[in-house]
Amino acid sequence: MNQIDRNIINHMQNDFPVCESPFAKMAAQLDMDEEVLINRIQSLLDDGTLSRFGPMYNIEKLGGQYSLVAMSVPEHDLESVIEVVNSYPEVAHNYERDHSFNVWFVIAAETVTELKDILKKIEKRTGYATYDMPKLEEFYIGLKFDA
Amino acid sequence: MPDNNKPVLDETDRRIVEATQAGLPVTARPYHVIAEQLELDPELVMQRIRQLLESGIIRRIGVVPNHYKLGYRANGMTVWDVPDDKIIELGNKIGSLNFVSHCYHRPRHLPDWPYNLFAMVHAHTKEKTNQYIDVIKDILGDSNRQHTVLYSTRILKKTGMRIGNTQ
Repeated sequence: MNQIDRNIINHMQNDFPVCESPFAKMAAQLDMDEEVLINRIQSLLDDGTLSRFGPMYNIEKLGGQYSLVAMSVPEHDLESVIEVVNSYPEVAHNYERDHSFNVWFVIAAETVTELKDILKKIEKRTGYATYDMPKLEEFYIGLKFDA
Repeated sequence: MPDNNKPVLDETDRRIVEATQAGLPVTARPYHVIAEQLELDPELVMQRIRQLLESGIIRRIGVVPNHYKLGYRANGMTVWDVPDDKIIELGNKIGSLNFVSHCYHRPRHLPDWPYNLFAMVHAHTKEKTNQYIDVIKDILGDSNRQHTVLYSTRILKKTGMRIGNTQ
């Protein structure tokens, strides 16, 4: 990654403008050409350096519910369980971790009932228990990474 | 657990949320493209998005880096078993550490899962993460009854939060 890409990543995690030509405005701040900026962002998305671009919604404020869910799955069933879990569009993130609880996913749904219903379906389809760990209290959320 | 109070979102807001939750088009006039898709006035779309930002429904608009690709390879989810009656005090202390990206109180599932305080620690190396864990250990002191760290070994899925796309 070159310095230009680092600058883009460091300056574009917040405050993307809401106006007719936001890339032109952003490009001016970064002292680069609008078209170059657009192309760089597209290629950083294409090569996976960026996982997404756009608004980050606080789904709870939309009245939605979300939760962190853990599963403990033996190696021989891991890939098939992952496939089932990932097949639900409500599953936003899913990480494998080095613990007996090895599958950790974040699930978002409109209501608690809908969320619990999806977990029941996952349990039924995979045969493994889900451990629902919704947050009871949030102490901090301020993720920003330096490139 | 009861549902949160829902803010007043009308049909237009909802359509905008659904059209943008997977991301914005990477093109010179992204909001105009969304407006065209939804057959709405671009000014209205931008006004609604500004309102969503003001009310905190949109946390922020921008790029989301894949932190693995930025060299943050030692992403430890540290989990701690602390007394419930001290968790707010302790959670606030741990959450304010600059190497902690997220900090939450979550329910235990006894006997399998005794931990109730979660703190995500991001670093380039496990050595660095272990140093950070020692800092947390010192702060918690006797309140830390047991703890462990879970490292992510693979991203299995990573998308934005979705609503309303299953009907």
